[in-house]
Amino acid sequence: MEWALLIEQILNGIQFGVLLFLLAAGLTLTFGIMDLVNLAHGTMYMLGAFIGATIFLWTGSFILALLLAVPIVAGIGILTEITTLRTLYQRHHLDQVLATFGLILFFNELVQVVWPLDGLTVPFPKYLDSTVPLMFGIEYSVYRLMIIGSGLIVAVGMWALVTKTRLGMLIRAGATDRTMIYALGTNIRLLFTLVFGIGTALGALAGVLMAPILGANSGMGEQIIIIAFVVIVIGGIGSVRGCFIAALITGLIDSLGRSFLDVILALFIPVNAAEAAAPAISSMLIYIFMTLILFFKPQGLFGSQTQ
Amino acid sequence: MLSLDNLQNRRKVLGVLVIGLCALAPVAANLLDEPYYINLFARLMIWAIAAISLNLILGYGGMISFGHSLYLGIGAYTVGIFAYYDINNFYIQLVAALMAGFCVALVFGSICLRTRGVYFIMITMALTQMIYFLSISIEEFGSDDGLIIYVRSELGTDLISFDNPIHRYYVIFLVMIACLYFSHRLIHSRFGYVIRAAKSNETRMEVLGYPTFRYRLACFVIAGVMCTVAGVLSANVEKFVSPDIMHWTRSGELIFMVVLGGMASMMGPITGALVFWLLSEFFARITEHWHLIFGPFLILVVLLSPRGIDGLLALKRSAND
Amino acid sequence: MNMKTKISLLVALGLMLAAPSAFSASVKLGFVTTLSTPAAVIGNDMRDAVELALEHIGHKMGATDVEVVYGDDEFNPQKGKQATERLVVQDKVDIVFGYIWSHVLLASATTVLDAGKILISANAGPSQLAGKGCHENFFNISWQNDQTPMAMGEVLNQRGVKTLYVIAPLYAAGKNMVAGVKRTFKGEIVGEDMTKWPDQIDWASELSKVKAANPDGVFIFYPGKHGPAFIKQYQQSGLSDSVDLYTVFTVDSISLPRFQAAEMTGVLGTTMTQFWAPDLDNAANKKFVDGFKAKYGKYPSFYAAQSYDAVMYIKSAVEAVGGDMSNVDGLRAALQSANYDSVRGEFKMGPNHFPIQNFYSREVVADADGVWTTAVRDTVLNMHQDVYAGECSM
Repeated sequence: MEWALLIEQILNGIQFGVLLFLLAAGLTLTFGIMDLVNLAHGTMYMLGAFIGATIFLWTGSFILALLLAVPIVAGIGILTEITTLRTLYQRHHLDQVLATFGLILFFNELVQVVWPLDGLTVPFPKYLDSTVPLMFGIEYSVYRLMIIGSGLIVAVGMWALVTKTRLGMLIRAGATDRTMIYALGTNIRLLFTLVFGIGTALGALAGVLMAPILGANSGMGEQIIIIAFVVIVIGGIGSVRGCFIAALITGLIDSLGRSFLDVILALFIPVNAAEAAAPAISSMLIYIFMTLILFFKPQGLFGSQTQ
Repeated sequence: MLSLDNLQNRRKVLGVLVIGLCALAPVAANLLDEPYYINLFARLMIWAIAAISLNLILGYGGMISFGHSLYLGIGAYTVGIFAYYDINNFYIQLVAALMAGFCVALVFGSICLRTRGVYFIMITMALTQMIYFLSISIEEFGSDDGLIIYVRSELGTDLISFDNPIHRYYVIFLVMIACLYFSHRLIHSRFGYVIRAAKSNETRMEVLGYPTFRYRLACFVIAGVMCTVAGVLSANVEKFVSPDIMHWTRSGELIFMVVLGGMASMMGPITGALVFWLLSEFFARITEHWHLIFGPFLILVVLLSPRGIDGLLALKRSAND
Repeated sequence: MNMKTKISLLVALGLMLAAPSAFSASVKLGFVTTLSTPAAVIGNDMRDAVELALEHIGHKMGATDVEVVYGDDEFNPQKGKQATERLVVQDKVDIVFGYIWSHVLLASATTVLDAGKILISANAGPSQLAGKGCHENFFNISWQNDQTPMAMGEVLNQRGVKTLYVIAPLYAAGKNMVAGVKRTFKGEIVGEDMTKWPDQIDWASELSKVKAANPDGVFIFYPGKHGPAFIKQYQQSGLSDSVDLYTVFTVDSISLPRFQAAEMTGVLGTTMTQFWAPDLDNAANKKFVDGFKAKYGKYPSFYAAQSYDAVMYIKSAVEAVGGDMSNVDGLRAALQSANYDSVRGEFKMGPNHFPIQNFYSREVVADADGVWTTAVRDTVLNMHQDVYAGECSM
């Protein structure tokens, strides 16, 4: 096995993991605290990509795209929370699934009307569109390194928020025992809206960051939201720490699986069979992983018993 | 004369209307010279059967399976694979499909039922995704392009043939009625009471000495097997099967039909399937961007009526009272 | 027992109701494509081309008025079959054509063929229908899936590519493309990745493997929105400086404006293979491309070319039977002879009802106005027949 390839795939895995963390953090918060299954979280990621891409294409400034798109999408998120989702907190999970699926249908169709049907192709910001040499002669994308960096900064920020602030204390209380926060005498409505806004902002940030790599497309949210759900389930619902660890593990499994599964399988079965089976199995890998985790730990890695 | 002030009576009226509509759809379609609606209703009833089976675990058992379309796939693929090897006998196909559905549901059920709540939702989805990717990777059976079924199942009699759309329609109709009756009996049996009681308070049932895991597993398997039947019928309507039938969005649609119709109500799944299909057909006629209407419609249904269409019936009563 | 032997009541009903139209002075055609979801960007292009064709023929085929009814498959086989059913039993069309996707075509085929009607694919060319599953009433007016990558394999041989890395999506057409290029490519395949379709849109992992393998060339197949995303990531990874990229069905006139808007100049000069190009020199093609550009202000895609061509193809058959659409034998014979001026120039209809035709290498260039398009370079395969024709017995 080549070390350069292995290290590069680990970097790819971390980059994907960081992206999953940005998406899953918002999900695990809304789920853990408000008990809301928000399928439409991926929609905010998509809107982040579209709005960020549009601002970037207009102004030519990626920084401006980040600074404007994230609050705009967070605003849209808060608006849906106030108008629609707020009334669903006390309702059955299935009602939430149905309503948020309605939101997905609506927004996916809306972006097809507002933007070109096949979405937008976004260039990389010039100053990040290059590669840097790392050890073992690896040339790695500066842009992807930037995503890893931003994700880690956000992770540290989230850690500080959750452990060092009053808001974080409420979040922890809510995630451990939901009825607790009702007893704490805080303005619950405001707390929920605030948490929802933070989650949406993280999702939108992920969208803006990924737009140059993936482009902006209708339906891009659903492709990743299922994996984000896998992440929060593996991590244990409501746990930001679990979410971070699970996101990195999932990213690494996906990236390394896609790269080395045929080699690993070939140790056990004939090479031909291994090469034929590897692509199918690597598609299933994260689901197999989740099933195994839940088989041994039905509450996920860091889940609390009350959920 | 039924009084419409009574919820039970309203339910009966709705039930008669829905069943009557299904029973008479082919006649009406021919009279109106709209033969297209015969197959549309046949499809709709197949989804209704699948939804009835899902309602058993989801509505009555509180087990939210997000992977129920797996069993549609098992049924349809069994017919497809047998037809591929020129075994067209309906009864052989059916028995094989039921056994396959039984085995898969038993294994998957015993894995999934270790978990609760959203973990259960996710694990059922994950297992179905695995089979979905498996079906995509098997080239012999067409991978994602799917498998054409050149010959429909042979019923071994000249009186009834699946090739005749009217015969086919009423076979599906009768199966739907049978499933409805079966689930009604099941839910009102001792078994059904245990399942429903376990949904509201499992610990209590366990303390009372009921092996709730086994009851829930049995319910899960029954629902899986019933849905397999829908898959067998689907293959005979479409003459085609592809992995698409097991995609997670299909499982989602099944859930929506159940929730739309009203969970844990007998007619809910059929009403839900009917409204879901006819509305999407209707909206799609208006505009290609019909999701712009359908999305807000779903949200409105949820916001206005917590228990779907069945809930609307109850809602109206309290407004009248 | 095969599918021809059983005729359902539905069919009888359909035929009975369709019969009167044979002697009326109008022909009804059904066209199924994707008109919703983001994939509608292809379907709209095809519909535009059909409308242009109808305009060019004055909505007449011989003395017969012609009408086209559209069906939307929503990129879903079941919905596609339903739309097809609607065209056959409700709108009672005489011929059904269109179909972008193999799975939609395969799902819908029995509906049309069981009704004894003629089905013409204007894009999808799955091997099932070219080989054992061929049918006397099914015609394909585009290509068989394997052919275009086979042409690419030849191009790679000519360019002296010794080692090749292959990346394609894990679905039937993706596998066909990989199988096709392997049929003709004489060098060594040093790596092959089949990626999750359509979910995977980030190829970081695969591109790292390409870098490690360091091949002479990379062959990809990514239709639709995946193409631009792949090529952008390819360039960003720094690979485009050292390894040439060869594509099939990935760069077309639908994606080129997007590349140009994003100033991805790396696409210029890349090579693909195809049976047709906008600059192919014949009168029919010139009329089509000029007409399309004048009406819609953009270059037509190959999907559009095939759809336009399909209308002309049907026209030749309708005229051959004098507008008598009940004469299915006559229609079939006329479609088999394919006697009309195709936008692709010369071609023959093979015994399995798939075209025997030339395949060209094309290069991405900027035209006189600076608009990015493709230009024909060489004829790679001459009057090429697909490899499944031998398996077809009809």
